[in-house]
This record gives sequence, structure tokens and C-alpha cells, in this order.
Amino acid sequence: MKTISILSQLAIPLFILFAVLYGVARKVRVYDSFVTGAKNGISTVIRIFPYLLAIFVAVKSFQASGAFNILKDLLAPLLAACNVPAEVLSVAIIKPLSGSASTGIFTDIVKTTGPDSAASIISAVIMGSAETTFYVLAVYLGAVGIRKTKYLIPVCVIGDIIGIVIAVSVVKLLFVF
Amino acid sequence: MNIVWVLLLCVSIVFAVINGKLDELTKSIFDAGKSAVEVSLFLAGIVSLWLGITKIVEDSGLIHRLSRFFQPLVSRLFRGIPKDHPSVAPITLNILANLFGLGNAATPLGIKAMQELQTLNTDKETVSFEMMLFIVINTASIQLIPFTVIGILSDFGSRNPTAIVLPTIIATLISAFCALATLFLFRKLLK
Repeated sequence: MKTISILSQLAIPLFILFAVLYGVARKVRVYDSFVTGAKNGISTVIRIFPYLLAIFVAVKSFQASGAFNILKDLLAPLLAACNVPAEVLSVAIIKPLSGSASTGIFTDIVKTTGPDSAASIISAVIMGSAETTFYVLAVYLGAVGIRKTKYLIPVCVIGDIIGIVIAVSVVKLLFVF
Repeated sequence: MNIVWVLLLCVSIVFAVINGKLDELTKSIFDAGKSAVEVSLFLAGIVSLWLGITKIVEDSGLIHRLSRFFQPLVSRLFRGIPKDHPSVAPITLNILANLFGLGNAATPLGIKAMQELQTLNTDKETVSFEMMLFIVINTASIQLIPFTVIGILSDFGSRNPTAIVLPTIIATLISAFCALATLFLFRKLLK
């Protein structure tokens, strides 16, 4: 745990140092290379921007509409049947849509139910094992201007659903509350 | 994406009317504009930074050495990538950065990987199987230690905040495997 934390902190500085020194050893004018490469950054992000805006409009309005609460009410009996705390659902639904919103909801769950509650532990594992799918899709597809996504979206959504079910089951198996 | 977007917007607007939350909806739509600009500004900085670093790595020829080094690992999954292709290095570095929770490095390297994969793509408007594979690996979020989550748990006085590490790794590995299996299944069924 400690070593991984240190390794993570060291990884980027070491990688940059190594890249620069290797460049110098190979007689590359590293400063000029860096500037030339970095020039493409802004244009890349400008290309991504409209995709990002589109996905943010959809996700933010979904959050504001309260549609989410109705979905929660619909799924609540199912969760109760599986003996899963209802709070978990908020994190499970929001995590694929928005990183900052899900962190907010997760913090709220920890605050209200306590850090060692079943709801907190299950939400924590979902937070750690799920990704902000739609943001990743918008950024990566936007970066290269892909318009036809074939079966990628259904695969990602199914992957997210399976991921949540697995996160809940793993916690249920490993923890006793 | 088209269907997802239309669906999300329609559902949102219909439910906003039912729930009497039209004010909030309108506000959130304009907020989205602000967030998109903020995130883009942030991305502009880190993407430029990493494109600068990778340019050094390219000019010094290190990218080919890295690609050759990681080739055996990557080519097992990404069978459509030719030997020593420049996409191998950013793909591996992106996965490594994700593994160690370095989101700030992972996203720019992922963008770089997508751009390299696009050079192999025959139809520039349609996603290639290698791209799908890469995106699914990214959305499955294989991460060793979820530092943010542990931080929040310990902030609120958890008895053992690191207890979630093992279940998270197990869950993330199984779900990544399932997501990849789903992708391969779709390819097989829709061929």
C-alpha cells in the first residue's frame, strides 16, 4: 500500500526525467521538441470541446430533472430484495455519468451512514472499480472525430452494469456487516 | 452516441416537467457550458504538457524502444496493431497510468493512443475494433489503489480505510474481464 503510493508519486517525475535525459543523450534538442509537441495540445482540446459540451448538457440536465430519483424508486424493491442499502444506487447510477458528482454523493453517504457502514463500503468499491464512462467516450472519440461507434456504447453500458453487480457481490462475500 | 444523447435529453426534459424542475433544468444546461469550458481548459494544459513530453520521447527514438518492449503484452489483445507501431507505447503507458491512479497522465496518453490508432483505421469516421478495445479497457478502470476514495473514508474516521483495496482490485479485475468478454461476444455475434 505504502510502496504503491510512493511509486505513484514517483512515476511521473521519474518518467519525465528519464525522457528528457534520454533525449539529451541522443542529442535531441529537447526544449524545441517539447514546444513543438505541446503546440498540438490546444487544437486537440478544441476538437474535443464540442463533444464534451454535448455530453455535459445531457448529463447535467439528467441530474437536474429528478428523473434519477424516479429510477431510484423503481429499483429500490430490487435492492431491498438483495439486501443492498438503497444509497448505493445513487453512486452506481451517477459514477458512469460524472466523476465530480459521484464523489460528492459518495462523500455524502460516508457522512450520513458512517465510514464503516455497508453502504459506504459498497459505494467505495463501486467508486474504485467504475469509471466515468461517458466522459471517457466523449474525450477519446472526440479526439479523433469518430462518428459511428458500432456496438461500443452498448458494450460499455453492459460493462458498467456488470461491474456494479460484481462490486456489490464481492463486498457481500468478503465483508460481514 | 446519437441515441444516448437524444434519450438522455428527452427523458430529462419530460421528467423536469413532471417534477416541476424546469428552472433547475434550464440552469443546469447553462452550467454544462461552463463546466465544459473549465474541463477543457484543464485538459488543454495537461494534454499540451504530455504531447510535449511524448514529442521528446518520439524524437529521441525512445518511443520505438518502449513499443518494442511492451509489444508482447499489447499484441496479445490488440491483434490488429502491426509490430513496432507507435501506438503501442501510449497504449501501455495509459494503462500503467490508470493502474497507478494517475488520471492526469492517463487521459492525455489515451488521447495520443487514439490518434495513433486512427492512423491504422481504414474508415476515419467509424470506430475500429482496436479503438473499442482500448476504450473498454479504459472505462473498466483497472486501478490498484483508489486513493481518493480511501482519502474520503479516512477523513470521516474509518477504522480501516484500506480494507476496500482488496475487494476493489478483485471487483475491477472481474468486471474488466467481463467487459472485454462482452466486447468480443458482440463482435462474434454481429459479424
